[in-house]
Amino acid sequence: MNNEIRIINGIVFDPTNNIDGKVVDICIKDGKIVSKVSKSAKVIDAKGMAVMPGGVDIHCHITGPKVNLARKLMPEDHRLDPHFKTPNTQSGSGGIVPSTFATGYRYATLGYTTAMEAAVPPLTARHALEEMYDTPIIDNGFYVLLGNNLFLQSLIAEGRFAEFKEAVAWWLNATKAYTVKLVNPGGDEPWKGHKNLNVKSIDEDSKATDIAPRKVIEAFIDAVHELGLPHPPHIHCNNLGHSGNFDTTLESMKTAGDRRLHVAHIQFNSYAGEVGKPPKSASKEITDYVNDHQNITCDVGQVMFGKAMFMTADAPLTYLLRSYKKEKWVNADTECESGCGILPFDYQGMIYTHALQWAIGLEIFLLSKDPWRIVLSTDHPNGGSFANYPLVIKLLMDYEFRKLAMKSVNQKAMNSTILGELKREYTLNEICIITRAGPAKCLGLKDKGHLGVGADADVTVYDMLEDKEEMFNAPRYVMKAGQLLIADHEFVSDYTDKKVLRVAPDYDKEIEKVIKPFFDDFYSINYQNYAIQDDYLHGLGKVIGTKKKNSIYEN
Amino acid sequence: MSAASKDIKIVNEKIVENATCTFCGCCCDDITLTVDMDKKVITKAKDACVLGKSWFLNHVIEDKPIARIAGKEVPLDDAIDEAAKILMDAKFPILYGMSDTVCEAQRHCAPIMDDCGGTIDTTTSVCHGPSGMAFQGVGEPTMTLGEVKNRADFVMYWGGNPAEAHPRHFARYAVTPEGMYTPNGKDDRTVVIVDIRHTKTAGVSDIFLQLKPGKDFELLWMLRAACKGVDIPNDCKDICGVEKEVVEDLFQRMKNCNYGVIFFGMGLTMTRGRHFNSGALMALATDLNEFTHFVAKPARGHGNVTGADNVVSWQTGYPFGVNFSRGHPRFNPGEFTTVDTLSRKEADAALIIASDPVANFPKPAIDHLTSDKCKLISIDTKNTPTSEAAHVSIQTSTYGINTGGTVYRMDDVPISLRPAFDSPFPSDLEVLTKLRKKVNELSKKANRPYATKKYM
Repeated sequence: MNNEIRIINGIVFDPTNNIDGKVVDICIKDGKIVSKVSKSAKVIDAKGMAVMPGGVDIHCHITGPKVNLARKLMPEDHRLDPHFKTPNTQSGSGGIVPSTFATGYRYATLGYTTAMEAAVPPLTARHALEEMYDTPIIDNGFYVLLGNNLFLQSLIAEGRFAEFKEAVAWWLNATKAYTVKLVNPGGDEPWKGHKNLNVKSIDEDSKATDIAPRKVIEAFIDAVHELGLPHPPHIHCNNLGHSGNFDTTLESMKTAGDRRLHVAHIQFNSYAGEVGKPPKSASKEITDYVNDHQNITCDVGQVMFGKAMFMTADAPLTYLLRSYKKEKWVNADTECESGCGILPFDYQGMIYTHALQWAIGLEIFLLSKDPWRIVLSTDHPNGGSFANYPLVIKLLMDYEFRKLAMKSVNQKAMNSTILGELKREYTLNEICIITRAGPAKCLGLKDKGHLGVGADADVTVYDMLEDKEEMFNAPRYVMKAGQLLIADHEFVSDYTDKKVLRVAPDYDKEIEKVIKPFFDDFYSINYQNYAIQDDYLHGLGKVIGTKKKNSIYEN
Repeated sequence: MSAASKDIKIVNEKIVENATCTFCGCCCDDITLTVDMDKKVITKAKDACVLGKSWFLNHVIEDKPIARIAGKEVPLDDAIDEAAKILMDAKFPILYGMSDTVCEAQRHCAPIMDDCGGTIDTTTSVCHGPSGMAFQGVGEPTMTLGEVKNRADFVMYWGGNPAEAHPRHFARYAVTPEGMYTPNGKDDRTVVIVDIRHTKTAGVSDIFLQLKPGKDFELLWMLRAACKGVDIPNDCKDICGVEKEVVEDLFQRMKNCNYGVIFFGMGLTMTRGRHFNSGALMALATDLNEFTHFVAKPARGHGNVTGADNVVSWQTGYPFGVNFSRGHPRFNPGEFTTVDTLSRKEADAALIIASDPVANFPKPAIDHLTSDKCKLISIDTKNTPTSEAAHVSIQTSTYGINTGGTVYRMDDVPISLRPAFDSPFPSDLEVLTKLRKKVNELSKKANRPYATKKYM
């Protein structure tokens, strides 16, 4: 079979290699970008079309136990959005939390070829890997929740940092994760063990472990830096969603010093105002800090109006939000490791807070000076579905459209922001950075997010249209690992060389002797049955190497 | 060691440590199996309960054909071809069971039905199906079993009899284990049993509430009302058979505990009220979070029924009772659940995997399933009334004993199995992989028109 493709006449956007809208040929062979192909290669004429690397979603919730609970919770939502079977694809359910098959296909139909699941408890990581195997087309990886791990917290509290680092490495290996995720560090113990309380400040000692969130954050930043993981700790800061939380966010970022840190869905952490009262925008304070500090990367977590689903390891927050509408609610505690809250939600333009959240997200995009370190995300499905990405792109690229959109939402909220004054319009090149090249760099994925020789042949070809939402909603061609999957907007195949991305840092085997007694005492499954065997990668695993770095600009 | 014992022939013995018992939803993963590799039997199952012992120790490799069509032995591939043809030719094929096999095999089931436009349903529809529906309505605060071990100081069982159905539930997870914040085991916990009769389980309780049959919802709603400040009614005893003072005391204990949990069984889900009962219980647990941390959990039965729920949910969006005849999954319990599709004589082909409806279903359903109006295909590890009645019958190896894979414990924790010895029979995974491939080939050949939104 001929596995060579040549894309000709396309207008190529490849910011990593400084190609900004130039007509060049892209050649593909054996799943990689190459410099030339033989004459028998399949030719795709992309005249008048934009050629970009496949999209990379750095933060979304698409596989794993909490996602599946949310799926089960929403039959009324699936019912309105069936995903039909075609000769080349399987059927599924759509809605705010689509079934696995539909998730893979729908990402591909936006031109995305990589999506990272942002929060999986170690105990149920097998479940996440199994769902990834059933999520077609896109490459996946996941971040493992360690920020509320009681054993690791006890090592920090006792100052046993050398052992802590080894234990973190053990957990990353045992779960086949990509990096460490911290969610409301220190907040689980007051929630689960002290009648639904929460921590309020990053310097407050949580009652159960006598350890302040700041110490946890610091220890993980240190350990991950020492281990040289390709992506730094991915943090969901304390006080997320509360008015006046931008101080906490700034303090969390300052804790990193000059070491790397990724702040997830930073929009939700950029609120001024007083706790318990309606928020105000603190986008300026936050973006000022991010602009000045090359060690910080973040994704926006843009709120989009319409259906959403809170799905987070931050259980106290979800319970608090439940108090507004008393919607159906799921809480799921994972022993010794994590909490979880799930709540269906609607963002409505006429509500002050929702409109303000929408505006803050856009302000952060527009105020940030370095597109490489600010990634497009909606924290799917927390701020809205990933299906909104094309609309977010239009809002960023079109000032007139943005002004129009501002008119249709809560005016009090609009008047309290500077969004209307921000006339910046993103260029196609910048969009290519915040959806592909940037996230790939933030993740340390050298083979993704660009079209240079040797890169993975994940390529999207969009018709060049005036309406950018329309343009990014339906790529004409999508190739993943060199396989043509979508041609003329239709799936021609759903087979691809899919990968599960992970890290495998070295660790001292002796650490198991320290960890095991804790398991024997406090876990409900056997230590020997905890670590995940290679079978669960189904031969799809790809280890990304480790190397210490202080910013995404170091190679 | 005595001289005599030295003369005993040394058997070819294998020890399997940390094996998982898949008899019930507890999925205890601490069993040590001693296997006689010559005779192919398990001789010891250390730490297994009475049910687990009978599961492991009675397992023998039977001398039976792998595949039969109409009672006649055939090669496996022929049986698979015949099964695929039956499913593709049928107007209303159904697939049912799946609760006693591994997730890897379960994963092929929905795609098979997707390709032939059939209906998929699991044994959930006849056990905790109402809890699944209640979950869709009200959500659920829940936990992994280790949280109960470490934290729960209030443990309640409602309409279940774990002493006989999940024998190690007490000792491993919920009543006696010494956890992080429950260092004194049972002394740190209040154990409450709600049931209509004094079962073996009631024996371990600190408080036993004997409820009038069919009055679960009433008592649950009284407790919910109490959460909102409404007094327990004076005629409480007349309504549900429990004294007002007992219910008041119970409510205070629920409100004032540090970490409360309710496990519930089919005594709640399969009596009058069904999903209203489960829903009331989950809503009560939610309400109690205003006062303290409170969770609930259905005590699931079969070894991997929880896995079946999970797999069908992630592939289709719905946990059971899913139909593909319009080219996409549709969920409607009562319409697409197996007892109903059979009793109404709708199904004209049935693929039954790892379950035995002919022994358990209501008579009208069995009558149709075993009639010539419905072609029956069975994939099972043992001879059952269903496999005996089947037109195509395929015998497979047993999960957890002969084959590995993943099972989900009742609290959605995935566990890998450690098989003890090989079986001459193929695994469910192998058979279903082949069947899926064959059905997919036939469906591509059939070249059916695919529904698209245009034609809706």
